[in-house]
Amino acid sequence: MSKYYLLQDKKKCIGCHSCEIVCKSNKSLPVGPKLCQIITVGPKMINGLPKAAYVFMPCFHCENPWCVAACPTGAMQKRAKDGIVFVDHSLCVGCKACITACPWGAPQWNPEIGKVVKCDYCKDRIDDGLKPACVTVCTTHCLSFGLTETLPDIRRQRHAEAVAGLDA
Amino acid sequence: MEKTVYTLCFMCSVRCPIKVQVKDGQVRWIEGNPQVPGMEGSLCPRGSAGISLLYDRERLQTPLIRDGERGEGRWRKASWNEALDYVAEKLKKIISEYGPQSLVMGERTNLSTHVSKTFLKALGSPNHFTHDALCKGSVNTACRSLFGYTDAQIGIDYKNTRHIVLYGRNIFEAIAVKEVNGLMDAIQAGAKVTYIDPRVSVTATKADRYWMIRPGTDLALNYALIHVILQERLYDAAYVDRWVLGLSELQDFVQPFTPQWAEQETGIPADEIIDFARKISRDKPSVIFHYGYRGAHQQNEIHLRRSILILNALMGSVEAKGGIFFKKGPGALGKKPARKLTDQTLPKVTTVRFDKVGTPDFPLPDPAHGVPQVLTEAILKENPYPIKALIANRFDPLKSIPDTNGMKKALEKLDLIVTIDINMSDIAWYSDVILPESIYLERTDCIQQANGLKPQMFLRRQAVQPRYDTREAAIILKQLAERLDIGQYFPYQTMEELVEWQLEPTGFTLKDFEAKGFVAYGKDPIFWDRQDGIQFKTPSGKIELVSSLLENAGFPSFPPYPKAPEPAENRFRLTVGRVALHTHVSTQNNPLLSELFPENVLWINTAKAKAIGIQNNDRVEVSSSVGSGTIRAFVTDFIHPEAVFMVHGFGHEAKTASRCFNKGLADNVLQENLTDWVGGSPALHDTFVTVKRVQ
Ligand code: SF4
Ligand code: SF4
Ligand code: SF4
Ligand code: SF4
Repeated sequence: MSKYYLLQDKKKCIGCHSCEIVCKSNKSLPVGPKLCQIITVGPKMINGLPKAAYVFMPCFHCENPWCVAACPTGAMQKRAKDGIVFVDHSLCVGCKACITACPWGAPQWNPEIGKVVKCDYCKDRIDDGLKPACVTVCTTHCLSFGLTETLPDIRRQRHAEAVAGLDA
Repeated sequence: MEKTVYTLCFMCSVRCPIKVQVKDGQVRWIEGNPQVPGMEGSLCPRGSAGISLLYDRERLQTPLIRDGERGEGRWRKASWNEALDYVAEKLKKIISEYGPQSLVMGERTNLSTHVSKTFLKALGSPNHFTHDALCKGSVNTACRSLFGYTDAQIGIDYKNTRHIVLYGRNIFEAIAVKEVNGLMDAIQAGAKVTYIDPRVSVTATKADRYWMIRPGTDLALNYALIHVILQERLYDAAYVDRWVLGLSELQDFVQPFTPQWAEQETGIPADEIIDFARKISRDKPSVIFHYGYRGAHQQNEIHLRRSILILNALMGSVEAKGGIFFKKGPGALGKKPARKLTDQTLPKVTTVRFDKVGTPDFPLPDPAHGVPQVLTEAILKENPYPIKALIANRFDPLKSIPDTNGMKKALEKLDLIVTIDINMSDIAWYSDVILPESIYLERTDCIQQANGLKPQMFLRRQAVQPRYDTREAAIILKQLAERLDIGQYFPYQTMEELVEWQLEPTGFTLKDFEAKGFVAYGKDPIFWDRQDGIQFKTPSGKIELVSSLLENAGFPSFPPYPKAPEPAENRFRLTVGRVALHTHVSTQNNPLLSELFPENVLWINTAKAKAIGIQNNDRVEVSSSVGSGTIRAFVTDFIHPEAVFMVHGFGHEAKTASRCFNKGLADNVLQENLTDWVGGSPALHDTFVTVKRVQ
């Protein structure tokens, strides 16, 4: 796993897809590949209320990435300094082995260049001291990004507030 | 070369402040202006798609003059001089034959609307209108009837609210970024959201209370709420005593509208209505009954909007923290707003408007905006006089005004149709001349006077040179004006000169906007004193439940409640709305937005669909008394059985807008052209349709 973690606070997400759009815009991607995707689950009636989840799906930057292991040319690689998994386009031959290997379908096909593209946590932006594109622009700021150990655990906080029952 | 430009988004009309990064003359990055609270980097998906608009090759690139039949799509490219000469020539001829009033200009309200108004006035035509009334004419009139202010002069303090009630105000899909974040902050702090809609939108999935109301009955719900609030004395008595006129008339009026009665009409259980009234009143005055963005559903729309505003008045939430407030202008601090071209001494125009707004026939709508949906009939019947020329500025009468077929017939009667736009809209496609406009990233625009708790001014600045042979509307109109011998009212050569002219009285200069994209007149939010200082602009200086505006025009303040008709078998009430990925009719061809939301579908209730043999994804034909078309069905439990729903803005006919051409169905092909003749809105939800499977 990379040093970083990209956390989605689902309670605040409104499923607007701004993250997807800005990701594609930032990487100048054509129609087709989506480096991250919002998947809507629901709506479903829960305790008499319609509820839905809008789940943010980027690449997880695995500790032992299947995609890297599957790549025959070394194009798919893990960055030594922080564990970000990315494709080096000069080495990618478009064999799609990584697409097959990743259990979550994170690597995407870019038909314009005949190579694989995938979420690289916007490493260029990170190197410039910025946050990833999707995190910066997310409409509700429900995405946060940082070193895994320093991210606030909103869910824990919320759960504590819910069980405390002070606002009933 | 790299530079940062603070400017304003225009992927929709909200005008969020943005920060644009430019490298070597190319826009590399756009984010919400980090210096503006509620933005801090954020953009909605349409704002995020701005760069793909800039580089879209299907944008309008050069002036075009029609070469074949109208709507055939055969054009010849023209130089600006040729196109402007051509338009001026035609206009001169029409004006000399039919008078200046035969020219109508319709536009999406924008920062240079004062330029367009000046153009028409200088020519002697009263016929400028904006899209506003299509969306919220009745909200505007309702606000004036109670407070003496228009809706545009009222704001909402989302951030500090304790409870917000949304009547189909789908705030998390029809997005204005700052509003969303203000409300998110309130929710984080424990505020409650009540959402009322016949359909489960994204906003419904975020609500603490959701009512799938019977479509067309929100007014019944409100009358029952008022009934309970008055009966149980749940209102803010001190506030109401001080500021509200007409309480006893209201009390008498709502007497019959019990929660039990409302249950029959709305389908919402009486005990839930009572429980809700009690709960929300505990949070007064920091509550918001949202009076809506779009208030254009029914023919008695004004009374729904009034009832919502009355609920605010009863809760004392008008001019309260966490409620609604009146926007303060620079005048509140003894300072001056930016000038507008309309502040000049212009010829007085006394001719009746095409829509007759301001006459006894149609006394109450705001003449500053007019009533666009009347245009069809005005042209067809030549009533009050012949209309022969239309300039459509970023406004598409073929997609925005109900009854497309009727509008098409009307357009046939025109001698000249000119469109100023950025995309090949349907009206552009049907035009005689197209004058392409530069997009927001390519132009400096007029000052945005942003009144509010803290009066400010914002500025849209050019980030990059126009990619194609396009110009700003304010320059196009000036150049046209010169050819029509009214150039003296346009004292500028460039947008920068126009802005400097506007800023003169304010004490600020263009340079003051560079660091942040805006300037503030003062530091602290201004609330008026709730005991003595609220400056209602009604004749009585109070909130007029019994409205002198209405009554003087011959309309009752509390007319009888018209029961919502139950649709006959196999008929449905057509409802329409928005989605986060598109703006009205203008973004469907955007490369990124069309990829994620290429076409609309027809939401239809599962049980109803089953009964008429429709399965999910079937292609269905939808028909009303004025039109029909086909669309894919989306079969779901999450819509009321009496309603069907579709997202507005699809079914484009312009072939060269290839990504959205012929995708989905246009709601206004089906909508009958019905009007709230008191408030001014069209009744977009008063059309009933049949739905059947396409074999
Ligand atoms: S592409 Fe798949 S396997 Fe590779 S790092 Fe990302 S999530 Fe893991
Ligand atoms: S981190 Fe960057 S590449 Fe990954 S999903 Fe977000 S915007 Fe896309
Ligand atoms: S931009 Fe933010 S709020 Fe919108 S869908 Fe993406 S994660 Fe959710
Ligand atoms: S709401 Fe979205 S499209 Fe509208 S101005 Fe703001 S960022 Fe732009």
